[in-house]
Amino acid sequence: MKALRKFLDKQKPKFQKGGKLHKLESTFDAFETFLFVPNTTAKTGAHIRDAVDMKRFMFTVIIAMIPALIFGTWNVGYEHYLSHGQTVDFLTNITYGLMKVLPLIVVSYGVGLGIEFLFAQIRHEEVNEGFLVSGMLIPLIVPPDLPLWQLAIGVAFAVIFGKEVFGGTGMNVFNPALTARAFIFFAYPGNMSGDKVWIADKPDTFSGATPLGNALVGNLKDLPSAHDMFFGYIPGSVGETSTFWILVGAVILLLTGVASWRVMVSVFAGGAVMGLLFNLWGANTYMEIPFWQHFIMGGFAFGAVFMATDPVTSSQTTKGKYIYGFLIGFIAVLIRVINPGYPEGVMLSILLMNAFAPFIDHLVVQSNIKRRLKRATVAVNK
Amino acid sequence: MSTEKMEKEPLFSAKNIKLLTGPVNMNNPITVQVLGICSALAVTAKMKPALVMALAVMIVTGFSNLVISLLRNGIPPRIRIIVQLVVVAALVILVDQILKAFVYDVSKQLSVFVGLIITNCIIMGRLEAFAMGNKPWPSFLDGIGNGLGYGLILLIVAFFRELFGSGTILGYEVVPQSLYHAGYENNGMMILPPMALITVGVIIWVQRYYNRELLEDK
Repeated sequence: MKALRKFLDKQKPKFQKGGKLHKLESTFDAFETFLFVPNTTAKTGAHIRDAVDMKRFMFTVIIAMIPALIFGTWNVGYEHYLSHGQTVDFLTNITYGLMKVLPLIVVSYGVGLGIEFLFAQIRHEEVNEGFLVSGMLIPLIVPPDLPLWQLAIGVAFAVIFGKEVFGGTGMNVFNPALTARAFIFFAYPGNMSGDKVWIADKPDTFSGATPLGNALVGNLKDLPSAHDMFFGYIPGSVGETSTFWILVGAVILLLTGVASWRVMVSVFAGGAVMGLLFNLWGANTYMEIPFWQHFIMGGFAFGAVFMATDPVTSSQTTKGKYIYGFLIGFIAVLIRVINPGYPEGVMLSILLMNAFAPFIDHLVVQSNIKRRLKRATVAVNK
Repeated sequence: MSTEKMEKEPLFSAKNIKLLTGPVNMNNPITVQVLGICSALAVTAKMKPALVMALAVMIVTGFSNLVISLLRNGIPPRIRIIVQLVVVAALVILVDQILKAFVYDVSKQLSVFVGLIITNCIIMGRLEAFAMGNKPWPSFLDGIGNGLGYGLILLIVAFFRELFGSGTILGYEVVPQSLYHAGYENNGMMILPPMALITVGVIIWVQRYYNRELLEDK
């Protein structure tokens, strides 16, 4: 550790003003603050003193994703061998999964961070930390056999048009990871539409619909058991199959206070209310499934835990968070059941509510102002 | 309405040339004034309809400017919009009929958007802002210039959308089959209108990067 610090201190002058590598100052700064908590503090105004800066904060989210990532990696291998009619030991599954998942992660981080560094360099700013999380989220929400060049284009689009044009981390309207997924979804629907199962290198003879695709056409008897869907022994995007391991991540996020429990809980509440409403309606078999089954199918849990809680794109006000989360769950289930074009509605509903989040905040703040103003005028009239 | 006597200037004086070239870059109707966006998004999925649309708009802006400029001293100000509309509508119907007669398939692809040239903000804008107060020849040049600026953006957008969305340019395949065999796929997003908006956004970005005077004061 000390040797590393010494090495960095020795290199530093080269990157400062007048040094010969001054052009790469942002890059150097990014690596230095990544490795060590910077010892600079804000000089003016009231600030909370804490060792947790943006990079440490983001890392907590990555740690929370690791259970789902490890399980997802194993599951990629498991589903692959299962589709070939084999069951193999744990290590073989993991090895195969790593061969599929690692390239996704490498491409996602490589392209995303590359563009972030480039923009930071051009603008002479510090490199934004935001992509640390997005870069890990993106591999988790794409199918394991997505062609890498498509992933690269999706990531590039998300970073440039989802984030940098708005001004970088903290300024984006839409969740960058979901922007990437939405881009790939609409640009290359063949791989992403969700009506065919996602198994890496499945045999040509093996075909079938995803649980959501099956449910949409009323094929409820083909659904995997609730146990399998909860623990994630089903094909799907890399990190979203296992509700159980996602909930483990949720516990980490909530215990550390990184994610907002208000958003998380209200997403599930919204989904439950819509599910119950459909139960009352009961126009087809899909509407009659118990509401909790929506939570364990598709990306509902993953979206609720890791996507909806994104502090940048969600509502900021306390009341707003309830409304924002509730509508995400509500609309997600609505899209799933009603719209035949999109078997999965979580991504679309979160992106939609991202757009409305500032508006919800505006309404909450305005109603508060109005309420207090009313009180004030009453007092004056007395 | 200028009634004072101006000295005779050559047909292509520097001022007149500026009328023609200004709207192509620094005063572009789409990227600077942000007019006529709807049709720019609607007809740019392929280059051929975009090219025909660009020509149609150029002809209509040019000649409606010319006609209105000729009539400008006789139009009562209170009914000037309706007079302008009649002129534009007549020209659009002419263009529409010509398209139907000679390039029927493209005319079908353009569908209502030819008729909607009547409501194109660029045309009404130029009539109001320029033709009502200028002589016929400069007005005509101004109309053609704005048509050119509009058409240029349309063609740039259509070029990228057709290349990445369909793998063709003007209907000719340019992405080799071997690339498709290697796993390349056309980008379905490029066919959808949202991508046209983003492409226009990128053009505005590039243009403002190179023309710093277009940037607003901070």
